[in-house]
Amino acid sequence: MTTHDNVVCTFCGCLCDDIEVEVRDNTITAVKKACAIGKNKIMHATSDPPPISVRGVETSVDEAVEEAVRIMSTARNPMVYGMSSTTSEAQREMVEIAEITGANLDNCSSYCHGPGVLARQQVGLVSCSLGEAKNRADLVIYWGCNPVEAHMRHLSRYSLQPKGLFMPEGRKGRKVVAIDVRPTPTTKRADVFLQVQPGHTFEIASVLRALLNGVELDFPDGADSVAGVPVEAWREVVEMVKKCKYGVLFFGLGVTQCRNTDINVEQVARLVQDANRHTRFSAVAMRGHGNVNGTNQVMSWLTGYPLAVNFSRGFPRHNPGEFSVVPMLARKEIDAALIVATDPGAHLPKDAVDFLKTIPVIHLDPHRNMTTPWATVVIPVAPVGVAATGTFYRMDNVPLRLKKLVDSPFPTDEEVLKTMKEKIAYAANN
Amino acid sequence: MLRITNGQVHDPANGLSGEVRDVIIDGGTIVSAEGLPQAQLDEMETIDATGCVVMPGGVDIHSHIAGAKVNSGRILCPEEHGSHVSARTAITRAGCGLTVPTTHRTGYLYSKLGYTTAFEAAVPPLEARHAHEELQDLPMLDKGCYTVMGNNHLVMQVLSDSDPVRRKERLRDLVSWLLKASRGYAVKVVNPGGVEDWKWNTGAADLDIPTPPFGVTPRQIISALAETVDDLKLPHSMHLHCNHLGEPGNLATTLATMRNLEGHRAHFTHLQFHSYGKTPKGGFTSGAAEMAEYFNRHPEFTCDVGQIVFGPTLTMTSDAPMEFHLHQMRKAKWASGDIEMESGSGVVPMTYSPGVLVNAIQWAVGLELLLLIKNPWQIILTTDHPNAGPFTAYPEIIKLLMDADYRNSWLEKLHPKVRRYTCLFDLNREYTFDEIAVITRSGPARALGLANKGHIGAGAEADVAIYRIGDDKRAMFNAPAYVLKQGEVVVRDGEIVRTVQGRTLGVSPEGGERLDDELTETFDGYYTVRLANYMVEDEYLDRPEVVPCG
Repeated sequence: MTTHDNVVCTFCGCLCDDIEVEVRDNTITAVKKACAIGKNKIMHATSDPPPISVRGVETSVDEAVEEAVRIMSTARNPMVYGMSSTTSEAQREMVEIAEITGANLDNCSSYCHGPGVLARQQVGLVSCSLGEAKNRADLVIYWGCNPVEAHMRHLSRYSLQPKGLFMPEGRKGRKVVAIDVRPTPTTKRADVFLQVQPGHTFEIASVLRALLNGVELDFPDGADSVAGVPVEAWREVVEMVKKCKYGVLFFGLGVTQCRNTDINVEQVARLVQDANRHTRFSAVAMRGHGNVNGTNQVMSWLTGYPLAVNFSRGFPRHNPGEFSVVPMLARKEIDAALIVATDPGAHLPKDAVDFLKTIPVIHLDPHRNMTTPWATVVIPVAPVGVAATGTFYRMDNVPLRLKKLVDSPFPTDEEVLKTMKEKIAYAANN
Repeated sequence: MLRITNGQVHDPANGLSGEVRDVIIDGGTIVSAEGLPQAQLDEMETIDATGCVVMPGGVDIHSHIAGAKVNSGRILCPEEHGSHVSARTAITRAGCGLTVPTTHRTGYLYSKLGYTTAFEAAVPPLEARHAHEELQDLPMLDKGCYTVMGNNHLVMQVLSDSDPVRRKERLRDLVSWLLKASRGYAVKVVNPGGVEDWKWNTGAADLDIPTPPFGVTPRQIISALAETVDDLKLPHSMHLHCNHLGEPGNLATTLATMRNLEGHRAHFTHLQFHSYGKTPKGGFTSGAAEMAEYFNRHPEFTCDVGQIVFGPTLTMTSDAPMEFHLHQMRKAKWASGDIEMESGSGVVPMTYSPGVLVNAIQWAVGLELLLLIKNPWQIILTTDHPNAGPFTAYPEIIKLLMDADYRNSWLEKLHPKVRRYTCLFDLNREYTFDEIAVITRSGPARALGLANKGHIGAGAEADVAIYRIGDDKRAMFNAPAYVLKQGEVVVRDGEIVRTVQGRTLGVSPEGGERLDDELTETFDGYYTVRLANYMVEDEYLDRPEVVPCG
C-alpha cells in the first residue's frame, strides 16, 4: 500500500492540496481530509469509463482519434468547447486545434462565471489570494454563493475559521455578512444575513456604492427598502465595510447569473474598488469546476480573450453572444464539436443538446455521462489529478500541479489532443 | 557552418567598432575565422551583409511578458487587441495585442526587432508556475524571470532575527531557496515594505519606517538582500524598483537608497520613474542631471531607463499601491491582486500625451538620463514594457538618441513649459552604433552576467542581428535584414521565417535545499498551499539552462 500526501483535489475551485490518498494494487482504497464531494470524486475517479466508440460501435483509441481528426478536418464551422475540468496543458492543445481548424472556442465559464470575467474586461477587479483572506480578513461577505454546500472546505481552510497571521482568533476575529435570496447553510454561519428579493443585484450594489461614497439617498416614506431589505440594514453593511481593516467579498453565481449578468458584477467590482478609498477590500469569484479559471487564463495568454473566441479569419476574434457556446447552438451555426472535460448533455439547455445530437460530436471524458450515449466519437481518458498530472488554477489564480496516483488504461486528455492536433495540422498542410 | 560577410561589425565587448569582418557560425556558436582556409570560407553558406551593421542579438533586461499580472492585463484590455492581430501561418501561431500581446506574438515581435533574449521582471513565487507556463508558450527568445522578495514575509521574518551571524546565513539560505522554488534568475525588490504596508492601507514606505508584523525597515530589506546577492555571487545584481515610484521629489529617496547600497552591486530599474525633483508647489521637475551626476561617480551600479513612449499603454507592476493611486488619479479600470505572504500587483491603463506637462517631463527625464550618464555600460534601454510604453517603440527611442535634430523637433509638440523643468533641449549628444549596441545588447548581457550573450566573439551564442544602414534610424532598427537565433536565420527583412523555442535561464546558488524549521512553521501556518506543492517542478521548463554563480 502506498500513501500519497499533499494531493490536490480537482473537484472545485478551492483545489485543496492537503488530501491523503491510499493506493493498493493500483486502486484507491481511502481518501482522507477531503470534503464529501472531493472524497467521492477521488475514490471513484477511475470507475465507469465509457467504451471507446465511433457512432456507437466499440473501437480502438487510434481509430477513434482518426475519426475525430476526420470530423474536425472536414468541418466548416466547428466548435471546440469545455476544458473546465482538464489541465492547462490539455487546454493549450485545444486552443491550437481551434486555431488550425478555424473553430469557435469557448469554455464553461460562458454560462457560469463568464459575466464576472466580462466585468473584469470593463472595470477590472480588486482581488487577493485566499491566504490574504485567511491571514487578514476581519470582514467577510458571501454574496450569492453557498460554499458550505458547493465549496465545502472554503470556510474551514480559507475564509472563516482558520487562524491567520494577523487573525490569531480565527472566526472570532471576523465579522461575516451573507447576502442571498434564501437561507442556506452558509447564511446560517453569518453574523448578518440579508435575505434579498431575486433580481436586484445591480440595485443593491448601486445603493451600497452611493452610501459608501456619501451620496444622499432620498427614499419616499414607506419605500425605504432595497431588494426587500430596509436601507438601514444596508447602511450598517456600509459602516462595517468602512470600519474593517481588510474585507473580502466572495461572490457566486447568484451575482454572475442574476438578470443583467455582467453589469451586476461590474457594479459589484466598482463597489469593491470604491471601498479601497476607505480601507482595503478585495473580491474573489467562487469558481466552480476545478480548472475553469485555468481556461480563462490559458485562453487569455494564447488568444487575448478569456472566452468566446472565433478563429475563422486565422486570428482570434472575441464576441460574447456571437461566439458563446449556448447562443451558437441555439442558432444552429456549427457543424461539428470537440467537447472535452465537460458534460453538455447534463449542463446545456435541452434545445442546445438536441441540436448537438444532429451534428458530429467528439467527446473526451473519464466517465460515462449524459453525453457519451449519443456522442459520435467517445474517447475515455485518464482522470486528471488521479491518473494524469498537469496544472490547475485555483479560484484565486494560484496554479498547482496535480499528482498521478494510479495508472489508467486510457491516455490523458493532453496526449489524445496532442495527437489529434498533429494529425489535423498534417491534414491541413497536405 | 555559416558565414556573415562584408558587414560592419559592432561588437563593443570585443572592441569591434564597425570594422568589416566575417562572423562565422558553427552550430549554435560563434567561432573564430582565424585559421580557416579560404577555400572552406568560400564554400560556406553565406549571408552577404554589405551595407549592414552586424550586432549581437538584443537583450531585454526588464519587461513584463508573462505571468499572472500580465495575463490580468490581457483580460483588462480587449479593446486594444482587435486592431492588432496576427493570423496563423504555416510557421507561426495566431495572436493579438499591442501593449500586452499574447505569448507567441510577444516572441515574434521581439524577434522582428532583432531581440533574442528577454526577462520577465516580477514573479511572486506562489504564482511562478503561471509565469513559466506562459514562457513555455513564448517562442523565439531565451528567457527567465526575476523573483520578487522585497515584501516577502519569510524574508522579513529572517531579518528580524537578532543574531547578526545567524541572520545572514539564514537569509542566504532563504534567498537561494526562493530562487530555486520559483525557478527565478535574479532577486527582484519592488517598493520594499511598501506593498505590505498598503495591505493595511497605510502610506508609502520611507526607508526607515518599519513594516509590520516583523518591524523591519525598507533600508534593512534592501541592504540585506544586496549583501546576500553578492554573497551568493548571483550572475545579476539585486534588481531594485525603489520606493515612491512616480512621485515628484522621489529623487531624494532614490539617491538615499543608492548611497545606502554603495559598495554593493545593484541594478536600479526604470530609473526614469525615480528621478523627479519637486517644485515648491509640489509639481514635477527633472532630477535627471543630479541623478546622472551621482551615477557617473558610481560605476558599481547599473540602471535601465524605462523610457516613456507617447500613446496608450497599460501599466502593470508589483507596486500595487502605486497602481491604486494611478486608478484614483485617472478614474480608469483597475485590476489588483494581493498575494499572501509575498507581494501584490496592479494593472491600470494609461496614456502618455506630449501636451500633458508631467508626461512631457517624464519623457524628457528618460532621454536626459540616457544622454547624461556618460558610460553606456551603466544604462540600458527599456520601456519597462508595457509600463512606460511597449517594447515595439525601441526603434523610435534609438532614433531619438541617434538623431539630435529629430529629438529637438519634438520640442514644439511638447507642453510649452517643458523647457522650464528639463534640460533635454540643451543636450547635443548623439549615440553611435557602438553605444546603441551597448545599451540594447552588450550592456544588459554584462549586467545579467551572461558571458555568452551580448557579444559575437568566438564562443558566444550565435544570436545575431543584422540591420541595413539607413538615414532613418527608426526604420533601420524596425526591420532587421536578418536575425539569427542559435545560429539559424529566424527573421529575414523584418518577417519571421522560422520559429524556434528558446531556453529558460535560471541559477543554482549554494544552499537553500530546504526551508529552515522556523520558516517551515510559518509557511505551514500561514500559506494556503502545502510546502510540498510550492516548488516549481522541472516540467515547467522546456529547455532549462543554469547560468553559473561566481
